[in-house]
Amino acid sequence: MDAIAPNADLERPDPLEIPPLCPGAMEASKPWIASPDHQKALGFPGELVENWKEVAIAKMGELLEKNRALRVYLDSCVKCGACTDKCHYFLGTGDPKNMPVARQDLLRKVYRRHFTLAGKWFPSLVGAEDLTEAVIDDWYSYFHQCSQCRRCSVFCPYGIDTAEISMAGREILDAIGKGQKYCNEIIGKVHTIGNNLGLNKNALRSTLEGLEEDIEDDTGVPVKLPLDQKGADILLVTPSADFFAEPHVDGLIGYAKVFHAAGASWTISSYASEAANFGMFIGSYEQMRLIALRIREAALDLGVKRIVFGECGHAWRVAYSFLNTLAGPFDFLDPNYPVPQHICEYTWDLIEKGKLNFDKSKNDHIRLTYHDSCNVARATRMGDQPGGQFEIPRNILKSVCNYYFDMPADTIRDQTFCCGGGGGLLTDELMDLRKKGASPRMKALQTVADDHGVTHMAAICAICKTQFAKVMPTYGFERDGILSVHQLVSNAIILEIPETRDDDDD
Amino acid sequence: MLTTIYACLFYGATAIFLAGMALRITRFARTPAPLKIPTMPAPTTSSGVAFRMLREVTVFHSLFRANKWIWVFAWVFHVALAVVLLRHLRYFLDPTPLPIVLVQPFGVLASFAMVAGLAGLWARRVVVERIRYITGPSDHLMLALLVAIGLSGMMMKFVAHTDIVALKQFFLGLMRFDPAPLPADPILLVHLGLVATLMIVFPFSKLVHAAGVFFSPSRNQVDDARERRHLAPWAAKLEADRAR
Ligand code: SF4
Ligand code: SF4
Repeated sequence: MDAIAPNADLERPDPLEIPPLCPGAMEASKPWIASPDHQKALGFPGELVENWKEVAIAKMGELLEKNRALRVYLDSCVKCGACTDKCHYFLGTGDPKNMPVARQDLLRKVYRRHFTLAGKWFPSLVGAEDLTEAVIDDWYSYFHQCSQCRRCSVFCPYGIDTAEISMAGREILDAIGKGQKYCNEIIGKVHTIGNNLGLNKNALRSTLEGLEEDIEDDTGVPVKLPLDQKGADILLVTPSADFFAEPHVDGLIGYAKVFHAAGASWTISSYASEAANFGMFIGSYEQMRLIALRIREAALDLGVKRIVFGECGHAWRVAYSFLNTLAGPFDFLDPNYPVPQHICEYTWDLIEKGKLNFDKSKNDHIRLTYHDSCNVARATRMGDQPGGQFEIPRNILKSVCNYYFDMPADTIRDQTFCCGGGGGLLTDELMDLRKKGASPRMKALQTVADDHGVTHMAAICAICKTQFAKVMPTYGFERDGILSVHQLVSNAIILEIPETRDDDDD
Repeated sequence: MLTTIYACLFYGATAIFLAGMALRITRFARTPAPLKIPTMPAPTTSSGVAFRMLREVTVFHSLFRANKWIWVFAWVFHVALAVVLLRHLRYFLDPTPLPIVLVQPFGVLASFAMVAGLAGLWARRVVVERIRYITGPSDHLMLALLVAIGLSGMMMKFVAHTDIVALKQFFLGLMRFDPAPLPADPILLVHLGLVATLMIVFPFSKLVHAAGVFFSPSRNQVDDARERRHLAPWAAKLEADRAR
């Protein structure tokens, strides 16, 4: 029909393709269990407690009292099925327990049995079940197959957010001593060292100095990456992956260049050297709060006026939606700026004011698309208009890049697909799940690669970047096909090269 | 005797329905939402939220985006049910107000639409593998109950008329705590019995979604986390440990 559509004769991948049900397909997928040390460091029992059943039910009761979402969601689902084909893990695995409603039912059946009249009197009628070891195993398996991406919540007629359910499930598991190693070990590192990677102050300083040298070698411009600078205007809080890995670090270089071009005074804090907050993944308000308070402390200690967050999806959720709750009020900061701000808001504001100059041709070897990270898309905002979280990153990309193409409309913006590694699942033992969960996004990418020759995908999330770098080769893409948004900014930005003065050599 | 049984049944069912729903709603309302979790993009004002909610409960906007088949059946069923309920107001209001008089012919049409919508939803529970997987016995029973209510009601209209004047006297009397005799018509008795059952089951089943939707934080919260500090009472207590 459409003669000019390239590859029209090829079989086109359909990101929304619904697989046949394969019950039990992912039953064996489980992350490693946290060691007693990692558990105890967070105040959780070291191993499965003897009276786990009572403890679990009591914890569920406590959460029901503390969290309206949990109660409303457990009570209100009508099993309409609208969410059943919305989860990337279901689409990628076909395991029916990865359908959002079925995932919720794992918790709901125990809730019904222990907390509702119908479930106490007519359990088999309403699908109520006792809490058994098999149920706990299912919880451990399937609540760790939810990346808390909220895609199901968009489509549910009551907004039921399975992320809230799996967070509660993980919280109960922690309470009975069955925590997940990856998340709990990392949270411990934040408490003792200050970031997920366990990078101490000296290592951080030398990393930043190394980057300064690299940038100067590269551009001839003395761009600084200040650490613990008291009295700076802006505190940058960024995921620790930005200090190390590709393509994250290129994003960090991009922020530094933007700050430099704007003549801003800014600093990184060694105490709050982590934007990520894995307390959210394990559903623990208390852990999330303790991690968030480090940022408040750092801002007070350094005497900054503003807080800006680097590129990280769930971190931006905790920052945008929760930081004021967890660690506010921020009345000691400059009231002329929102607290906190996203680096994309900061950069876009400068672009709009005409304060940044770009040579877009520097990105001409790239044909680009943009992956909306789920937490940014469905749990936050940027700018002052709803939907700014979709427009602002795209506006930046279009300002620095000549060839930009969106993926199919039903796979982006608030309908975006998770990368497959979010929600505390970015660990090697879950690689099979991660690869399968990435498939809807990879198929969507394939369509723009076919139609527009797209070569690269940009993202503003540390987890997305790490995950894609790992799984893209499985789907026939280059592992460096994933880029930081500020990496593209960094490529194109024109910085003024200071005149070299002869007397420098004296 | 019959009149007394049904009078007691309706008093009991109404009491259970009202008390049960009041209990559910107070529970929902009393439980704090500790964090701001609206599904974004979300409105930034409360009037915006009111509009979002209105759109959800009138045209089922999210469901429309999710699945056109489920949407069509669910929406037709709910709207038809609303019209049918309006039509039934004539048994409780004397004199019958004009709008209710005008709605009567539509109510008849709506009864067909209501049963058709239910049939569609039921068919999906059987035919679509994914929905079959998540369907339990109570989901079938609920549909059976609603379909039976619809069909028994329609039978009185199209097959075996009942004495609706006497019926109206019964309900008007019921509301004055002085019930008049109820026509001993088997289909009517079945219809009324099923309706009372529905009222009793309502607060203890998934039908509480009718109230739940208004309390869903992902739909009813304003997107203003940066501007306004949102703090649950239990979370405020944690702040005692804060040095500054
Ligand atoms: S869309 Fe919502 S109400 Fe429907 S089955 Fe899924 S969670 Fe339940
Ligand atoms: S939150 Fe995301 S990962 Fe979890 S069930 Fe919903 S769609 Fe799946």
